[in-house]
Amino acid sequence: MAEIRNYTMNFGPQHPAAHGVLRLVLELDGESVVRADPHVGLLHRGTEKLAESKPYNQSIGYMDRLDYMSMMCNEHAYVRAIERLLGIEAPIRAQYIRTLFDEVTRLLNHLLWLGSNGLDLGAMTVFLYAFREREELMDAYEAVSGARMHAGYYRPGGVYRDLPERMPQFKENRWTKGADLKRRNEWRQGSMLDFFDAFCDDFVKRVDEYETLLTDNRIWKQRTVNIGVVSPEMALRMGMSGPMLRGSGIAWDLRKKQPYAAYDQIDFDIPVGVNGDCYDRYVVRVEEMRQSARIMKQCVAWLRANPGDVMVRNYKVAPPSRVEMKDDMEALIHHFKLFTEGYSVPPGEVYCAVEAPKGEFGAYIIADGANKPFRVKLRAPGFAHLSAIDEIVRGHMLPDVVAVIGTLDIVFGEIDR
Amino acid sequence: MSDVRNPLLEQIQARFGDAILSVREALGQYTVEVAADRVLEVAKALRDEQAFRFQQLIDLCGVDYLSYGQDEWETDAVTDEGFSRGVLGAGAGRFSWADRPRPAGIPNRFAAVVQLLSIDHNMRLRLRYFAADDSLPVVPSVVDIWGAANWFEREAFDLFGIVFEGHPDLRRILTDYGFIGHPFRKDFPLIGNVEVRYDPDKGRVIYEPVSIEPRVGVPRVIRGDSRYLQAHNEAAGKS
Repeated sequence: MAEIRNYTMNFGPQHPAAHGVLRLVLELDGESVVRADPHVGLLHRGTEKLAESKPYNQSIGYMDRLDYMSMMCNEHAYVRAIERLLGIEAPIRAQYIRTLFDEVTRLLNHLLWLGSNGLDLGAMTVFLYAFREREELMDAYEAVSGARMHAGYYRPGGVYRDLPERMPQFKENRWTKGADLKRRNEWRQGSMLDFFDAFCDDFVKRVDEYETLLTDNRIWKQRTVNIGVVSPEMALRMGMSGPMLRGSGIAWDLRKKQPYAAYDQIDFDIPVGVNGDCYDRYVVRVEEMRQSARIMKQCVAWLRANPGDVMVRNYKVAPPSRVEMKDDMEALIHHFKLFTEGYSVPPGEVYCAVEAPKGEFGAYIIADGANKPFRVKLRAPGFAHLSAIDEIVRGHMLPDVVAVIGTLDIVFGEIDR
Repeated sequence: MSDVRNPLLEQIQARFGDAILSVREALGQYTVEVAADRVLEVAKALRDEQAFRFQQLIDLCGVDYLSYGQDEWETDAVTDEGFSRGVLGAGAGRFSWADRPRPAGIPNRFAAVVQLLSIDHNMRLRLRYFAADDSLPVVPSVVDIWGAANWFEREAFDLFGIVFEGHPDLRRILTDYGFIGHPFRKDFPLIGNVEVRYDPDKGRVIYEPVSIEPRVGVPRVIRGDSRYLQAHNEAAGKS
């Protein structure tokens, strides 16, 4: 009898379901996976080394480009670590703005995850639906920071600017005019807070739409139920966090357990899965979207009632206003020193983590007293999740690998750094 | 450091004795330095014993302590030379491979730093263990205790050349296939050693020595004065 050998095959790095540049070397026995060996690093840019060669503030932009689906959450971990080292704290209004935009970011991330995961498993419609809502939120990003994705909005000591008084509106063009234009500008008549209010009220209905498409969908359930089961023991051992951990039934959320920003002032629930399979993680993430909308509503209500500073008035760390610079020599010197040399951070080391949409995103900074960090280590949730893929997919069929890659919610910007 | 008041750190010191080289509480976070040859024993107890229960290894990273605390611009005297003094320097990104700083025998250059999390007790702990030999840094691997350490240790090996003894599959992970050197070491230039391009004559991708000059505009400055404290107090007084 002829010898039957396992078949080794490359999955990616150009495969559309590989979510970026994952090269997965799969050893197959027929159609079932015997071993999966991910080759990562194709997007390695040495962010941490680059950060060592720059003053602290100049690396904020790199944080956006790590997990480029949850930009502001990455910034949040980094600026929080710097604030901790400097011993400063952002004003309360900035904390609420950060909470608000962390949740906007969570929606951006989960919507993309939902859309692309649906697409991977054969559900086209939900992708189009999810991107419709993403577009609105990206407009909010743009209105507040000037950039649709890579915001650079959080700074040590607060956020760069207060929320805009007027939400930018669409202008008439060949494709958008008349009643269509009026409908698209309907939420944008007032301030950004009005916009968020209208968005959150509407969004709950949108989530219902996604659920109509997927939750009881027979094909969707066939592709996800009992696929990629992660036991609670394994989730802990492999350093999983975020929805991967909660999907396995462990109620752990840094927003609740180690609150930061304004999360301890806000009422929300943590959804938890039961079986730890792809379907449970889908349900957990969908419920997280509802909770995010709930958190956003509360932040908006607070921000309406409480105007104030959004940046510390410490000109060694945060720049003075342009107006001040025009007639105050000290302010001009501060501005110059801040943007050329930066600020020196007292020696010490700190690890600060936030609950990013994908899990625990942490920044570990060693400072030696200089204006540049001595060592920055960014802890990406996807890195730990992807390292477990071999254990998760063993024994599954080849198409299930796609479902598992989708449910891990990996983005290579943060894994390869 | 004998004046520890924290119960967790006291407990750790009492439990492990001379396996613990030092304990430190700073900025509300706890750091424990473990003797490299006792890491496995300490790690296992930290994971399993009821008082600790650090079930999760959140992060493991390598650190190269070469040039720690060195600046490129003296700030204690006045000079008329100005900013240009800062152009030449020894920090990351300011030298090429030929001009790299030579390690001048500082003890214990390489360390592995582990961030642990206990879900049961909701607390964090940081472990640090130094490799004894700088030319071939070796520390024990904790893969058998926390599975998550697998890739993190591969990363530290790849970027710093720290060898984790007992690791089942210590391959490079982030750098290119066939990469030479350990790029996150402080004596590795930021611009790297080789650059890559497609050669139309040869019809393939080729590697060549880097053609760019190292250039980082901002010198590394350490200011030991009290201005931040002062500004901090002023800001606190105002609001």
